[in-house]
Amino acid sequence: MTAQDIIFYLLAAFTLVTGFLAVTTTRIFRSAIFLLFSLIGIAGIYFWLEYEFIAAVQIVVYVGGIVVLIIFSIFLTQEAGANLPDTTITKKITGGIAAACGFGFTLLQVLQHNFTGTTEPGIEPSVANIGNRMLGVNEFGYSLPFEVVSILLLAAMVGCIVIALKTPVQK
Amino acid sequence: MTEIGLNHILFVSIALFFIGVYGFLTRRNMIMMLMSIELILNSVNLNFIAFNKYLWANKMDGLFFTIFIIAIAAAEAAVAIAIIINLYRSHRSIDVEDASDLKF
Repeated sequence: MTAQDIIFYLLAAFTLVTGFLAVTTTRIFRSAIFLLFSLIGIAGIYFWLEYEFIAAVQIVVYVGGIVVLIIFSIFLTQEAGANLPDTTITKKITGGIAAACGFGFTLLQVLQHNFTGTTEPGIEPSVANIGNRMLGVNEFGYSLPFEVVSILLLAAMVGCIVIALKTPVQK
Repeated sequence: MTEIGLNHILFVSIALFFIGVYGFLTRRNMIMMLMSIELILNSVNLNFIAFNKYLWANKMDGLFFTIFIIAIAAAEAAVAIAIIINLYRSHRSIDVEDASDLKF
């Protein structure tokens, strides 16, 4: 077992354990912190796969953006130290059975399926290549989805402001 | 012990996906459900990157799917949190069992 393998196993175990703690702990603030560590573990796996740009985007958007947003909303909606009511045992059992069955069936399918990939030489996922593809309008360009996503972000931003706006008191 | 390949990463991704599903089914707090959805989306991203690296390294489709999913997930989280805060303002609770006005 090489050092690379050991690092992968450590990252995978870290991600899964913190992810599991995030969905099972009864304190919502701790849950958000465990989610943060799980997302950092996934960024580590992206680094391990040598997709550095995606790893950086993961850290900036998820760890720096979404988790901070979630922590703010926790502060706004409940007392930070309060315990959540524990889930009922029936819910735990049914949810556990559903998740375990889904996990088993999906894993069985994946292990039975024989993936055949391409043998052509790969493209390096460098920032220059990503940028050229992202704004390209030729055969392999992604400029149309790029524009669609920018419109979506604008619409979501306006929608958020309108939804969270405090309605003025009628006189 | 075999070399780390596609199946190892798919195992991590599937496990993370069903951890998210378990959280979504068991927790009744809306913020907890949102966090479970984030875990699910992350496992899907990991899947796309693994397929891109190990099967179709001559294309960048998986990478771009991941970038767009991250952008859409950010928009989705922002809208969901706006809705949750608005719901808390009117109901003083963000438990899904309490949000039953449309249920008959």
